[in-house]
Amino acid sequence: MTWLPTPEEWGVITLSLQVSLIAVAAMLPIAFGLAWLLARRRFPGLLLLETLVYLPLVVPPVVTGWLLLILFGANGPIGRWMLDWFGITLLFRWTGAALAAAIMAMPLMVRAMRLSIEAIDRRLEDAARTLGASHWRLFWTISLPLALPGILAGTMLGFARSIGEFGATITFVSDIPGETRTLPIAIYAALQVPGGEAMVSRFAIISVLLSLGALLLSELMARRFTYGRAVHVL
Amino acid sequence: MSFDIDVRRRIGDRTIALQFRTGPGLIALVGPSGVGKTSLLNMVAGLLKPDAGHIAINGTTLFDSAAGIDVPVAQRRAGYVFQDMRLFPHLRVQANLLYGRPKSGSLAFSDVVRFLGIGHLLDRMPSTLSGGEAKRVAIGRALLSDPAFLLMDEPLSSLDPARQEEIMIEIGRLRDQFALPILYVTHSPAEAERLATQTIRLNV
Repeated sequence: MTWLPTPEEWGVITLSLQVSLIAVAAMLPIAFGLAWLLARRRFPGLLLLETLVYLPLVVPPVVTGWLLLILFGANGPIGRWMLDWFGITLLFRWTGAALAAAIMAMPLMVRAMRLSIEAIDRRLEDAARTLGASHWRLFWTISLPLALPGILAGTMLGFARSIGEFGATITFVSDIPGETRTLPIAIYAALQVPGGEAMVSRFAIISVLLSLGALLLSELMARRFTYGRAVHVL
Repeated sequence: MSFDIDVRRRIGDRTIALQFRTGPGLIALVGPSGVGKTSLLNMVAGLLKPDAGHIAINGTTLFDSAAGIDVPVAQRRAGYVFQDMRLFPHLRVQANLLYGRPKSGSLAFSDVVRFLGIGHLLDRMPSTLSGGEAKRVAIGRALLSDPAFLLMDEPLSSLDPARQEEIMIEIGRLRDQFALPILYVTHSPAEAERLATQTIRLNV
């Protein structure tokens, strides 16, 4: 048994990275906006929004995948609209896998970011306002930098979650080699084939290393940017 | 006349009601803890909204409930030296000092830095400063924001006696060199005695 992945296996790895990176990058501004809303605003429907955001954390991933299928399928309300207006479909595409990964990563990303937004010392923001800072200047120069540890940690957590995403993805976009066969799906597929153990081991090791790296990086970044304050994002 | 203040504000189950008019110079507000001294500074800075009344400084109205005037915090030009300093932890001392600086400030950066003796601290992060150093940087940051008036909340608290003496000398020089109205909160009558042009006693 060789420890080096075959070209076909490299394809799985790069696809996984591509799906996860796109998912996290696209979800980043949305998650931050949601985290800001949940941390700072009080409005009717806040509780409902909060519940919806954290829902993918508690609902079985297969159910999330099924809901995506209903919404984004060819006959789904969003799916039909996207097909009619832009001629694109997410179904059975890597973009659909990215959407599933993004939805599954959302609760973890929002949670980490929200905690660090709530940890911002409001008295520092008051001080900046007495020094003449406008809303935007206050946000870019004080609030955002102080929330940075949580933003980075949330991003890394989201990435680790995306790399491991299986249930919602296979339900929504199925298992199509080269298109939607990400690491966990490839592991599952290899397990079904006699003699696929070597491939399973290689994929498993790579999965563990990627997730471990992301977690380590998020912890290191959280420490690097806390300026002596204790911020726990998990 | 520099400060013309008449405010009322309910906080919890007590009401802060203060009214005074002062001449120029350093005005000390003396009174025990809990009488509402910091709340008053917050109202002057615009961080806390009075329920009713007015606040005018050197003839400029910052708040008037009857006339519907409430100048936003960022436009009040308050040089607020907070009791807990509130230096921005992610910015170096120099960036902290320059944070509120307008393009055309009336005080030169180098003058203020020299005045406060903080030239050697410019590259440091706030977490590495001692209490006295941080206090000086906080005063410098307020001065450099080109303030129309200064608000100082217990600027000598949490300093050892030697530092207190140093900062007190600097505040005395500041009072004499810069013609800024200063509202100075303290619980120490001795401090007020020494620094104040005029003292206002607040009682519960």
